[in-house]
Amino acid sequence: MRPPLQRYRNILDFALSSLLRRKGRNLALLSVYALVVFVIASLVFFVQALKHEARELLVQAPDMVVQRLVAGRHDPMPLAQAEAIRAIRGVAEVQPRLWGYYYDPVYGGNLTVMATEDADLAPDAIWIGAGVARTMRVKESDMVPLRGYDGQSTLFSIQKVLAESSELVSADLVLMAPKDVRALFHFPENLATDLAVQAGNPRELPTIAAKIVELYPDSRPILKAELLRTYEAVFDWRGGLMVVVLASAVLSFIIFAWDKATGLSAEERKEIGVLKSLGWESADVLLLKFWEGTVISVTAYLSGVLLAYAHVFFFSASLFEHALKGWSVLFPRYRLVPALDGYQLTVLFFLTVLPYTAATLVPSWRAATVDPDAAMRS
Amino acid sequence: MIELAQVVKTYEAGLATPFTAVDGVTLSIPAARLTVFKGPSGSGKTTLLTLIGCMARPTSGRIHLHGLAADALPHLDATEALEITSLPERFLTAIRRRTFGFIFQQFNLVRGISVLENVLLPTYPTGEDPRAVEARAVARLESLGLARHLRASVDRLSGGEAQRVAIARALINDPAVIIADEPTAHLDSRLSEDFMGLMSQFKEAGKTLLITSHDPIVYDSELADRVVEMRDGRVVSEA
Amino acid sequence: MIQHPGILALLVASGIVSLLLAAAGWQGFRILRGWDLRSGSEVQLDLERRTYLVSTLVANALLIQILSLFLFIFTADGLHTQFVGAMCAAGSLAVNGYGYPTLLVKVATCLLAGVWLVLHRADTQGYDYPLIRPKYLLLLVLVPLVLTETWLQLSYLTGLKADVMTSCCGSLFGQGRQGFAAELAGLPPRIMQPVFGGTFGALLLAGFALLRFRRGAGLFSALSLAFLLVAVAALISFFCLYIYELPTHHCPFCLLQREYGWVGYPLYATLLGGAIAGLGVGVLAPFRRQESLAGVVPAMQARLAWTTLVLAALFTLIVGVWMALSPLRL
Repeated sequence: MRPPLQRYRNILDFALSSLLRRKGRNLALLSVYALVVFVIASLVFFVQALKHEARELLVQAPDMVVQRLVAGRHDPMPLAQAEAIRAIRGVAEVQPRLWGYYYDPVYGGNLTVMATEDADLAPDAIWIGAGVARTMRVKESDMVPLRGYDGQSTLFSIQKVLAESSELVSADLVLMAPKDVRALFHFPENLATDLAVQAGNPRELPTIAAKIVELYPDSRPILKAELLRTYEAVFDWRGGLMVVVLASAVLSFIIFAWDKATGLSAEERKEIGVLKSLGWESADVLLLKFWEGTVISVTAYLSGVLLAYAHVFFFSASLFEHALKGWSVLFPRYRLVPALDGYQLTVLFFLTVLPYTAATLVPSWRAATVDPDAAMRS
Repeated sequence: MIELAQVVKTYEAGLATPFTAVDGVTLSIPAARLTVFKGPSGSGKTTLLTLIGCMARPTSGRIHLHGLAADALPHLDATEALEITSLPERFLTAIRRRTFGFIFQQFNLVRGISVLENVLLPTYPTGEDPRAVEARAVARLESLGLARHLRASVDRLSGGEAQRVAIARALINDPAVIIADEPTAHLDSRLSEDFMGLMSQFKEAGKTLLITSHDPIVYDSELADRVVEMRDGRVVSEA
Repeated sequence: MIQHPGILALLVASGIVSLLLAAAGWQGFRILRGWDLRSGSEVQLDLERRTYLVSTLVANALLIQILSLFLFIFTADGLHTQFVGAMCAAGSLAVNGYGYPTLLVKVATCLLAGVWLVLHRADTQGYDYPLIRPKYLLLLVLVPLVLTETWLQLSYLTGLKADVMTSCCGSLFGQGRQGFAAELAGLPPRIMQPVFGGTFGALLLAGFALLRFRRGAGLFSALSLAFLLVAVAALISFFCLYIYELPTHHCPFCLLQREYGWVGYPLYATLLGGAIAGLGVGVLAPFRRQESLAGVVPAMQARLAWTTLVLAALFTLIVGVWMALSPLRL
């Protein structure tokens, strides 16, 4: 019975010295390996961070939004409906919302114009999001003309630019008084864009939604939970799509790794023959190969993960954000919040280290079962 | 002692016709003596040594070890013969590690690591206490006059020095049998005589010595107790 | 199917495990067919070399399978938000008929692969490959099991469809469907408590008998398997209530989450490890009379028995302490 621990240490030492003796070859392998980990890790982290943002965002969203449909499309709804809905049991609050999209032909961006009853808002003034300020190149106390549907332009003064920290929600936002919104869009007085509904007990939301639909068959209640699910599904889908596309890269890497491992140079074969002639058995050489593979995998994994972390959270994933975020003129600038957990790291491990290990198993075995008398025949 | 009965070794894999390296050798090798194997290249002497030294398994025939590594198998005691022909690699290797020390014709030192590390290589899989093993290695290297070169890379050694490192490595586990394959092939006469001097010390210490050689310094030496001549895989004469 | 990196990872893992074990099975079949230890022919030498390949493949496959077991549960848990009414992994697994069977077969393959490795260890200690036949026969059982599990997992994962918004319907999913029971039934604590205590006690006694008198290996082995099943049932029935501090929350998967200190991991690890060790004791028992194993098997059985007992005690200790410290009183 050999004392196992010392044996592992000895062979690990030899594995390390062995790797260092073949620096060129191992460095090439390590770089490619780390690159693959980096790319997949960046993707996984980015998708995770986006999902996290979506979740954070929706915390503030109303439990349910009720919209009206005409011929399958969203249409403004009568304010009177808000009263009827307020009367439903379980509804805590109903807030009619007034908002719309304003297309700015000069800078080509879509702004979201929203009514706010905030007392701090001065007359004929607007609050704009940081993204709007950037695109239109305006700042506080500048004047901005907005053109209504009647062809008339109205000048608004910019009272405040919303804080950058809220950019993810407010980048393209323009807040103004309700009467200004109605004037701009020619919005009738008795209509609202949609209704924000808060329930006393969130568990009752599906029941409330059913009652609303019964009451007004042309309405469409949208639950926050559904929004979240949909966002997550889209991010997952996009992330998964890219991973599948990258699968071809991973496959090439696997083939490369397998090739490197199988191509035992004559010198390596001789060296293993010598080790075996000195009293190392196949299991010892397998352990040696296992250690070599582990050291390389761990180094590549850690470097790839660290680089990906920096890439996503310090450089905002500049390499792939376009594919993942979608297309828009007005992009909010935001720093993704680092959201790492053991699950993602494990998934990463499965997608990179496992295939590498599997690919090198048979070549390692072939190396380990070299005949010791190969050392005698030089 | 070591007994061979009708040992045959045939190589088939990847060859158009099977090649028989050792063809029905029956031999008895005495303990604590120097046996020299003589014969042209291709006569099978090297293969025979790999079979005796538990490095390869014979295609047919039996090899028994008497009085060597008797405690390798749990059910045997010191008086019984140990048959090594059907043992799994694990056991064979364990026996070889403890019982046989090999000195190769090309020395086969691992390049890029130091002299001391080379000597310690056979001990890595055993997991013995590293300090004890290192002490043994250092002592052995000192007795062979290599104390200065402990941490030197083996690439910088002369032929004679490299061979002495190979000898130290072969002896690290204090084996009962030393096997040397053409040890004087790369040495001049003086170094060859030195080598035989070392062998004489080992023989006096009770070790069994097996050497293959073309060199008269070896096979005509007084030290040689038996000379076995081989040709075409068979034993032609024993003296 | 939901495209999700976790799902892709699971598919990759099960693909690899199937490949490794199928290769191992094929090698095992060749070895069984051509094995002749007395022969020194190159064919035999090659087969002996291949035994190393098989054990390497199975060892790696077991490791991956255990990791993928936990990944599977975690992924199911992470996906629960995509399904209306699912509160955790328990709900996600119930989405289609393949979820729970996949889980069970995964656990079974882990157990079998572990037992195989125990057999392999014993085999290498014998000087005449004494367990070659039983080992590779077991492998031929393991391979179809793993392939079945891969297929089940694939069916489960491809059958998942998220309940996302469509343009017109919005929120009316919940109406047509029953909520997934996140509370699994669980047997009443009044019955489970004595059953658990009894099984644990019986295991200890059988272990004592085995270690002291070298008897009853089969009984011990059967009891360790029983302990696994009873412990899981007890976990669902009443142990987890103390952990969640809720008299109605019976979910066996929420234990793995951060809020409960990830206590699920050590609990399930001890149960899995203990079951493998205990089954190993039983599997080795028929071979203890064989000459080459006579010295090896009893020692291995003793070590395995100790492992089972220690792990079972650890499990009981963890849940016991949690129960004592929990504010819940049933």
